[in-house]
Amino acid sequence: MIATAGPISSGHGPELTALRGSQPQTTIHNELMLQLHGVTTKYGAISALREVTLEVNAGEVVGLIGPNGAGKTTLLNTVAGLLQPSNGTVQLAGDDVTGTEPENLLRRGLALVPEHRRIFVDLTVEENLRIGGATVSGERRRELLDDMQQQFPVLRSKWTTRAGYLSGGEAQQLAIARALMAEPKLLMMDEPSLGLAPILVDMVFDLISSLRSNGVTLLVVEQNAQRMLDIADRAYVLRSGQVVSEGTGEELLGRSDLFESFVGGSA
Amino acid sequence: MIELAQNLIDGLGRGSIYALLALGVAVIFGVMHLLNFAHGEMITVSGYAAFWALGAGWSWTVVVPLILVVSVVTSLLIERLAFSRVRGAPDFTLLLTSFGVHFLVSALLLLYVSASVKNYSRPGWVADTWSLGSLRIEVFDTVVIVITIITLLATTALLQRTMFGLALRAAAADFDTARLMGVRSNSVIRGAFALSGLLAGIAGVFWLMRAGSTNPTAGIDPMLKGVLAALIGGLGSLRGAVLGGFALGLAEVLLRSWLPNSLASLTEGVVFALIALLFIFRPQGLISVTHAERV
Repeated sequence: MIATAGPISSGHGPELTALRGSQPQTTIHNELMLQLHGVTTKYGAISALREVTLEVNAGEVVGLIGPNGAGKTTLLNTVAGLLQPSNGTVQLAGDDVTGTEPENLLRRGLALVPEHRRIFVDLTVEENLRIGGATVSGERRRELLDDMQQQFPVLRSKWTTRAGYLSGGEAQQLAIARALMAEPKLLMMDEPSLGLAPILVDMVFDLISSLRSNGVTLLVVEQNAQRMLDIADRAYVLRSGQVVSEGTGEELLGRSDLFESFVGGSA
Repeated sequence: MIELAQNLIDGLGRGSIYALLALGVAVIFGVMHLLNFAHGEMITVSGYAAFWALGAGWSWTVVVPLILVVSVVTSLLIERLAFSRVRGAPDFTLLLTSFGVHFLVSALLLLYVSASVKNYSRPGWVADTWSLGSLRIEVFDTVVIVITIITLLATTALLQRTMFGLALRAAAADFDTARLMGVRSNSVIRGAFALSGLLAGIAGVFWLMRAGSTNPTAGIDPMLKGVLAALIGGLGSLRGAVLGGFALGLAEVLLRSWLPNSLASLTEGVVFALIALLFIFRPQGLISVTHAERV
């Protein structure tokens, strides 16, 4: 099953039409957005990533799958600048950005929806979104806040509520909307569907498709490998900190050996 | 009744100064997890600035803004020279660094300025009073309370309505995620030290006006009050810090008036005992903070 891109008609999903004004309409493939070369990241003496090499082209949705502890989150955190690689290089749109701070990477167009969402629970929904737009001009921030109200009706209805009172699905939408406030060129998401009810999982995957059709490049870590491969242009399989396989979504879906080897068979 | 009202006003005046000091301590603790035992140094250093300026014939009208500027600059300098070098270190390292800064500033003043107490003239109106019915209220307390209320309102507006305030609150809740949102760690930390220095400066103006003198260790007392009040309120909570400041001020004044004369000199000891009791029953302070874990 291939999910279709475009606006979502179900009442639960966000309408993404408003973003179109600010995003390129056409997607340019084969232009490198992100390139990792031989990246090794260590926690003390333990290598969580070992010589990882991968590429994400502009306009692609790339999945990152693998069992627990494979290093998926470490990889995203290393790219986002939260962790420093001990070896290797990270290039963003052709520029070497290895070791660049997260706040400066965001200014270069790279945003991360972190693991566990990490929304600011003491801040209101609106304040969470405003801080997400910290790097855009005041005028643009106001436009984007309006856009988010339209795209995420759930958030509009809880605009002045403290984010700590949101349900899991609402919090996930807030985390994604907060990242979109920075108008990223490359959006990385860490387990966006984790812990969500099935209908909200659909919403997250529909949202990923919508973002792609709006020209956003995506690198997504997902424990729901089947769903991820359904919509991904390409995917990398990570195990014990190493890339063990890569291919198009379809190619990887056909490889039952990969799925059986995941911990708990959670494909 | 009159005496109680008198004491309450007195306690609010004293508590106002503590609240401003505690708020400065809480702002820094929020973003850096640093319990700043050097928070009094802003007052020590501005005390000497006030002494020299008044000695040179400047009036308090000019000395007040001078104290504010010196306090902010001192706070920023301490951050730049000491705390920026241990950023991200374990909390205990930060704590020890702040002790080090305190001792270093005292030692430098002792060595290169003077070991003796330096006296300066207090503004004439400090001892004035005005009457409200049968209440006699110090002009000084009135000014302190009014300025503190204005300062707290302005600080609230800064934190609630500006991007800097939002960034500060976000960074205090979860520094890494704030950086992922583009919040620059340098700006937010320096901004926090500037704000903390300004709050210490405002408290310092009142402290120095009332003291009429300064010495190399003059900062210890205001630092202790600020840190204690922040602890009473619940470290990390800004509202708690303000509440803790007022609670500490009121407790001191009320105890002094309630304790029999023979025990009056033990007021501070009784206050400390009460604080110890508070922490036995409520170790998190008056207002507990549930923030995301900092990396």
